[in-house]
Amino acid sequence: MGRKKDKEIIGELTSKKYPYGFVSDFDSDTIGKGLNEDVVRLVSRKKNEPKWMLERRLEALEILRKMTPPKWANLKFQNINLQDIIYYSAPKKKASLASLDEADPELIKTFNKLGISLEEQKRLAGVAVDVVIDSVSVSTSFKDKLADLGIIFCSMSEAIQKHPNLIRKYLGTVVPAKDNYFAALNSAVFSDGSFCFIPEGVRCPMELSTYFRINEAGTGQFERTLIVAEPGSFVSYLEGCTAPQRDENQLHAAIVELVALDSSEIKYSTVQNWYPGDKNGKGGVYNFVTKRGIAHSKAKISWTQVETGSSITWKYPSCILKGNDSVGEFFSIAVTNNFQQADTGTKMIHMGERTKSTIISKGISAGKSNSSYRGLVKINRRAKNSRNFSQCDSLLMGNLCGAHTFPYIDVKNSSSVVEHEATTSKIGEDQLFYCNQRGLGNDEAIAIIVNGYCKDILQKLPMEFAVEAKKLLELTLEDSVG
Amino acid sequence: MLKIENLQCSINANPVLKGLNLSVKPGEVHAIMGPNGSGKSTLASVIAGNDNYDVDGGDINFDNQSILEISPEERARMGIFMSFQYPVEIPGVSVSNFIKTAVTAMRKFRGEKPLSSSDLLKAMKENMDLLKMDSGFLSRSMNEGFSGGEKKRNEIFQLAMLNPRLSILDETDSGLDIDALKIVANGVNRLRSAENSFIIITHYQRLLDYISPDHVHILSDGKIVSSGSAELALKLEKEGYDEITK
Repeated sequence: MGRKKDKEIIGELTSKKYPYGFVSDFDSDTIGKGLNEDVVRLVSRKKNEPKWMLERRLEALEILRKMTPPKWANLKFQNINLQDIIYYSAPKKKASLASLDEADPELIKTFNKLGISLEEQKRLAGVAVDVVIDSVSVSTSFKDKLADLGIIFCSMSEAIQKHPNLIRKYLGTVVPAKDNYFAALNSAVFSDGSFCFIPEGVRCPMELSTYFRINEAGTGQFERTLIVAEPGSFVSYLEGCTAPQRDENQLHAAIVELVALDSSEIKYSTVQNWYPGDKNGKGGVYNFVTKRGIAHSKAKISWTQVETGSSITWKYPSCILKGNDSVGEFFSIAVTNNFQQADTGTKMIHMGERTKSTIISKGISAGKSNSSYRGLVKINRRAKNSRNFSQCDSLLMGNLCGAHTFPYIDVKNSSSVVEHEATTSKIGEDQLFYCNQRGLGNDEAIAIIVNGYCKDILQKLPMEFAVEAKKLLELTLEDSVG
Repeated sequence: MLKIENLQCSINANPVLKGLNLSVKPGEVHAIMGPNGSGKSTLASVIAGNDNYDVDGGDINFDNQSILEISPEERARMGIFMSFQYPVEIPGVSVSNFIKTAVTAMRKFRGEKPLSSSDLLKAMKENMDLLKMDSGFLSRSMNEGFSGGEKKRNEIFQLAMLNPRLSILDETDSGLDIDALKIVANGVNRLRSAENSFIIITHYQRLLDYISPDHVHILSDGKIVSSGSAELALKLEKEGYDEITK
């Protein structure tokens, strides 16, 4: 009952049309559906962007026009009509509630199950006022501390205004507009996002999270993130939120670029829980994300992700191991239930000598869902004495779901070692009965089995995140065995 | 405590139990012996609520209520425990985490607060000493890579931690060497009390050398064909099943 009900409620919340329309003071703030040069110009003008940024956007639009959506993923969905999307709307006046008492009790129940703090609940449920004030003060004190160390952490819009040289130098260098269809789309119309810069030799003293700049949020549909770690620096960055998001957007096409300069380390953790559609497969977010990092000499990039939301996930956080002795890691848990589809994995491109990569992917499929691991390990001729270890495990629940593994391995020299292990298992009736016999109900049994299965990866997450991620896994799979 | 009346069960439409009667009072230890395929393990599974078996007739009463319609987890919470003949592996779940979850579920059902970590750990240590298990056991994944003997010891460890009122030991002695057998038997003997009852399912008499039963039943072709005291087991050992089930 619990899960289905939650989903319905979240479904209602997320599929509801914005009741106040996209209207504001000036006519020019409201534009219709569709994508063309005028729209791109308008987006750029609204954000008061410099000319070079507009030119980049227009270039990306040109590239996009010549491209077609990728068809190779193991996903089934109707064509996305880019002309049917609104690309700019004035900052939305949220339908603010006076207090949590006015919020949907079922939504609050879900929040409580996830153990989300009251303040956070207010923000997520759309309660106005004091919360923002609180977070401003939190964010300000953090910002002071970070600024002392020379760390820049701000929205992408702000960075374009205040740090144009850094943005011009790095934006689009890891994921150029021509990379793929959705990257071109994002490059043309990206709404906002985060920028993070860690100066040489600085170890960022806290986990950077978008949470701390929620007052500036407005992340939206086409998010753009850039993280630059100068030589010898370290940063751990958390993306996402474990709470169900209120979101009116069907298509999300984000880009994340990581630049890890010599001997630096970037750890990027994601928990994604967007609306997955209802139990009949209706609605839900299409999540087409391009995430990639470039690791220079002796640098390390580590991606950890827990994907439980969205009706379609198309996502391959990748590492270009450019420098000698650089290291790339990818740890992933992808859960699909009902009619969700996930095609996710990674690419490890070994270019430098003695580069190392590790891939651990855990897919969990329940209901009628489909989950695919797709990964490429490419070791170039020059990348001598490189190593890769890949482990791709799939766990199935019931007889109606599917799990697929598509590993591509391309090794161009003879001194490198590539290992690949894969398993597929099913939560057996015998495992469930064993747990039942020890007093655990089906939901508790699935929770403990799944958490055990994902343990290696949950351990990679920053602790607070890990606790929430565990609860999220349990919530996602509630009632998945009838 | 447990009263089974004219129980008939089948698996995939093949009858296994064909009218079985058994009554167990608090504090009693019953041994059920029988040749392979006589229905011993089926009986254990059906009492525990495994729905791979269809109950075609008869009834199982626990505390004077029929439990046939009750889910396996509720039966467990009522105090029915089964030591599995083939315990399953649960990768990534440590023995301590699994037991903690089980103990907490049982306590919750009884309206008790979860045990504090230190109390729980203390109880685990005591029972591990009883079963001569080393402390490295707690952090291993449930039954993963366990030897046959370790698996059985882990079952009795859980039994000791959960302190059920009715314990069904399904061929716990199979795959145990004599030393492990003694340790397991010693563990069971320590858990015997005026309230706690045991049903010991076994193929051989040797476990009964260490756990002396109040009653011995011989199961053959889905029915109890002979019941008696501990001597019956000895007689069986000497004369063989053929002689007794004739």
